[in-house]
Amino acid sequence: MAASAFWQIVILLLVAGAISVPVGFYIAHVFMDQKTVLDRLLDPVDRLLYRIIGRNTVSRPMDWKGYAVNILLTNLLMGLLVYLVLSWQGHLILNPLHFPDVNPLLAFNTAASFITNTDWQNYMGESTLSLFSQMAAVTFAMFTSAATGIVAAIMFFRALASQDGGQNLGNFYRDFVRVLTRIFLLPCLLITPILVWQGSPETLTAMTVAHLVQGGIQHIPTGPVADLEVIKHLGTNGGGFFGANSAHPFENPTPLSNLIEMLLMMATPMALVVAFGRMVDNKKLARVMYSVMALMLVATLFVAVTSEQAGTPLLAHAGLMQQAGQGQMGGNMVGKEVRFGVTQSAIFDTVSTAFGAGTVNSALASYTPMGSMASLAQMMLNCVFGGSGVGALNFLMYGIFAVFIAGLMVGRTPEFLGKKIEKREIVLASLALLTHPVIILIPTAWSLVSPYGLSSLGGGGSHGLTTALYAFTSAAANNGSAFAGLNGNTPWYNASLGLVMLLGRYAPILFMLALGGSLAAKPAVQATFGTLRTDTALFGGFWFAVIMIVGSLTFFPGLVLGPIAEFFALHAHYMF
Amino acid sequence: MNEMTQKSERKAEAYHAQTSGLVRRAVINSFKKFNIRVQISNPVMFIVWLSMFVTLALTFKPALFGKSAMSASYNGFVTAILFFTVWFANFAEALAEGRGKAQAEALRQTKTDVMARRIAADGTLQTVAAGVLRKGDRVRVERGDIIPTDGEILEGIASVDESAITGESAPVLKEPGTDMFSTVTGGTRILSDWLVFKVSADPGHTFLDRMIHLVEGAKRQKTPNEIALTVLLSVLSLIFMVVVVTLKPLAGFLHIDLDIGSLVALLVALMPTTIGALLSAIGIAGIDRATRFNVLAMSGRAVEAAGDVQTLILDKTGTITMGNRQATEFVALPGHSDAEMATIAMLASWYDTTPEGRSIVALALTKGVKHDAGWDQAQGIDFTAETRMSGTNLPDGRKARKGAVAAVARYVRDDFKGTIPAELKEAADLVARRGATPLALAMDGDVIGVIGLSDVLKPGMRERFEHMRGLGIKTIMVTGDNPITARVIAEQAGVDDFVAEAKPEDKIRVIRAEQARGRLVAMTGDGTNDAPALAQADVGLAMHSGTVPAKEAANMIDLDSDPTKLIDVVAIGKQLLITRGALTTFSIANDVAKYFAMVPAMLMVALPGMATLNIMRLATPESAVLSTLIFNAIIIPFLIPLALRGVRFRPASANVMLARNVLIYGVGGLIVPFVGIKVIDLVLSPFLH
Repeated sequence: MAASAFWQIVILLLVAGAISVPVGFYIAHVFMDQKTVLDRLLDPVDRLLYRIIGRNTVSRPMDWKGYAVNILLTNLLMGLLVYLVLSWQGHLILNPLHFPDVNPLLAFNTAASFITNTDWQNYMGESTLSLFSQMAAVTFAMFTSAATGIVAAIMFFRALASQDGGQNLGNFYRDFVRVLTRIFLLPCLLITPILVWQGSPETLTAMTVAHLVQGGIQHIPTGPVADLEVIKHLGTNGGGFFGANSAHPFENPTPLSNLIEMLLMMATPMALVVAFGRMVDNKKLARVMYSVMALMLVATLFVAVTSEQAGTPLLAHAGLMQQAGQGQMGGNMVGKEVRFGVTQSAIFDTVSTAFGAGTVNSALASYTPMGSMASLAQMMLNCVFGGSGVGALNFLMYGIFAVFIAGLMVGRTPEFLGKKIEKREIVLASLALLTHPVIILIPTAWSLVSPYGLSSLGGGGSHGLTTALYAFTSAAANNGSAFAGLNGNTPWYNASLGLVMLLGRYAPILFMLALGGSLAAKPAVQATFGTLRTDTALFGGFWFAVIMIVGSLTFFPGLVLGPIAEFFALHAHYMF
Repeated sequence: MNEMTQKSERKAEAYHAQTSGLVRRAVINSFKKFNIRVQISNPVMFIVWLSMFVTLALTFKPALFGKSAMSASYNGFVTAILFFTVWFANFAEALAEGRGKAQAEALRQTKTDVMARRIAADGTLQTVAAGVLRKGDRVRVERGDIIPTDGEILEGIASVDESAITGESAPVLKEPGTDMFSTVTGGTRILSDWLVFKVSADPGHTFLDRMIHLVEGAKRQKTPNEIALTVLLSVLSLIFMVVVVTLKPLAGFLHIDLDIGSLVALLVALMPTTIGALLSAIGIAGIDRATRFNVLAMSGRAVEAAGDVQTLILDKTGTITMGNRQATEFVALPGHSDAEMATIAMLASWYDTTPEGRSIVALALTKGVKHDAGWDQAQGIDFTAETRMSGTNLPDGRKARKGAVAAVARYVRDDFKGTIPAELKEAADLVARRGATPLALAMDGDVIGVIGLSDVLKPGMRERFEHMRGLGIKTIMVTGDNPITARVIAEQAGVDDFVAEAKPEDKIRVIRAEQARGRLVAMTGDGTNDAPALAQADVGLAMHSGTVPAKEAANMIDLDSDPTKLIDVVAIGKQLLITRGALTTFSIANDVAKYFAMVPAMLMVALPGMATLNIMRLATPESAVLSTLIFNAIIIPFLIPLALRGVRFRPASANVMLARNVLIYGVGGLIVPFVGIKVIDLVLSPFLH
């Protein structure tokens, strides 16, 4: 790895880590109802919103069922709203370019995509969505879907710390409002101007006509981009205003905006781990989790950046120099923006798949096989920090299995944070575990045998297989990162990806909330010398091994047939 | 201790004598277990069982699912390996069940055709079959009879041979009115005299019935933890099924036609068959281990719960101490030599047959006191509640007395007008401060000194409590002694806490207090007044010598009536869970090697680059698949002894234990299959050409 790339990774991780600690403390304060500096500013805002929702509604204590039902109903309503806005956009305001209504299947896919925090896009934003849709359907859902993930995690954390049998795990509406006002609002207000300063447009003009020096005119689509960019990353959403996503100069104009967007993606998932430690009163455990996640992130960053920098063996065989050097970016520059180069592109896309955002500043389809496998693997694990809230939940799900097996090995009925892990917990965690591979592998296999699935694939061979596998992995992980090369706007992919996104989102959340409720209902067992300690490096290592063996080996055959086969073929100077 | 060793030796001999028969029986039973109704209760092995039929069909018709490159003989080979995989699992379970079955058989024999003399309302005796007796009937048994059913003794005194149940050949004296030894158990034999008892159990509910049921484990309920693990293993199997089923179209997209036989082989290899095959054997063997310790667990759940125990509540008397106080020191008052003190102490106890008296004589003997022939003509004075003294009257009229300090002082003052030296109180206090009970010793009007009687700890208790502490288990001693004595004993024994001047109802209070703090509590008991506490405790171990209510409230019964068994039971429970966890870890860790053996093998022909992933350098794809499957099968019998014996359990902190077991079974589980599969491949590949 080039020294500059090494330092870019180190500095990025250090800055992100430094941000995550105070933000984590702040989040814990907010959800443990402790005073924060922003109270005086935000209390009146909250009170106003509480009054609109209804004072009784926001003050009622909820158990896991109440919480889960309200999450589902609210999401259903918001999903319908997004669907309706898209379906009727031709008849609604702020449609200066007179885009027609979005067709029902694409509208379903898009609504499912944004409400589930996936932001998979089977359309080009600048040529499909009205400005109203961009704001009321896309940007709106970006706030609420991220908030949904965060409150689910918060309820789970509270359940682990619950002393009253889980009767009061907070109030969904109150938590939801507080995520929006206390976590999202201020960064959005403060960072949007910075992106505008860097070159992002923030306007209600949909199209600027440029008269070119060489004659002729160019239509340049614009719109309220900068504000969308902030919540797109802060909420680990990842859906672009433009089809090119963060590779587009309006979405991500400069290396500085590139850095800001990465830090925004990393902020909440990392901070939530810190907040977890505070909320369950076990900072050492949070440190273990944070370290395991960070090590997995570093490993994938290393793989992605080195393989992109190494370039492709085919070009090397053709005698082309791919080393970085004087005036030479080096490496695999195909599909990458010159203003970011190989390193910043590889780091950005890897971070984006790790943190569940799925935003891209380069084309993954033209990555080297190992570079794209790094992204694919992270979505398969779905807990390398992961998306807002859900990443921590997934990591804790693996923790339940790790505790169960390791707990047996010390001769006790396994317990996690003093709560016994018994049949019900294992059933629920198993269902959550099962969901991910099932909704990835079965639709992928179906797409590879059905004519309507095959017709959308750009190519055959391992690369084509990776394309389909990547699409469903991204949808199931609610990541939204797109491999490109797949024509997703077909009835089959709109419907199947939409369903996979919904299942990938709500099934695990529901199972984990039920798991939380089940743990909360148990009396805490006092820890003794004979209790398995989960806050040690040893257990962290075991946890990691469980994630690798239980979580990732499942996908080994798929990876072997996809990127790994492509890798070997490439080295045998053969291309799919 | 010596007796214990002999007993375990006897058991070991009997065990060896049984073993050959057990194996033969297990072989027979393992074939019976191929029945679908048995297989379906174990989802992992059920899938292997089904897979066996798929490959069997392919053996007869290789092209059943379309064109196949695999020959009938190859499919037949795979079928045979799968057959052995299932058979090994059956064998493990049958072997684990075998010992209990044999024991139940022996117990049943003691039950058959017993006749009983029932006492009718008019007092006459009727001879009826034991099966006719109902709760509340009165029955008379005499020398040589087999006691027909369980009961509480009303009249008589008799010695009873309970070896049929406890394995202990020394007879037990039974009499009414005491908490201990006032019950009889059906199936035991009365050796002398007679008894009249009231029947306490209806047919089918006697202790013997329950015991047969338990050791046989016929309708064994899976424990909650076992169910949870079964769920996890089933879901992993389900995930692997999805992986294998989708692998065919995925590979098909690359124009690789994967053979159904190979896919079935991959599925079996990836599923956690090792733990799946041994899971039920581990559970049965765990209960069997408790039974071999002569502890009868009412359910597998009770044994598991024992492993979770965080607090042990132990009676002082009989559990921590020998049960009788013994003389441990002589303190002579000024003006009297130590030798004189010891001699008079021995004299005063010469006719005292209580254990305390014997212990004074024993202590005096160690001080070199010789027995005086004149004592044989002396007269022993027994202890009475009135005098609270005992002693010896010599023929020359001298009187030696020992007793409670106040009683002896009054005796000296009143009968001899003697003076009480001020040092007496000092000496008595000194002894009391050391946790001993002081006895004053007087010769006529002269106070000689103070004898200290102490509780004597059972040997090895301190070490056992240290082990417990190492496991994070807190020990609480409950005693009726005063706090000073209790503290001293607690310190000597090394228990963590004690409750002094405890009344029987205090036990349940202590248990509730501990449980409220989120701890799991175990206790032992034998009396009827222990029954509520035994029921309240998470693990209640009743003594077989105890009363019926105590035994019914408990979830374990110790047939040897040795309260310290509780400590062994905790170890058995832990060992059971550790064995399960260790083999699960081993089984899952094996998958890494299996993936690296099978996946490249299956794809190597179509994708030559895959040869790079064949890191074991297995000879051919066929050999790779078969070697992996063979490894998968033969690892089961290799691990049967471990599953039955349990993973070696050394008390240590949880972290040390985890580190050790992860190293052995986790890292070992990663490495062993790489080596094993490679070795099998080396042996096998020459034959495949």
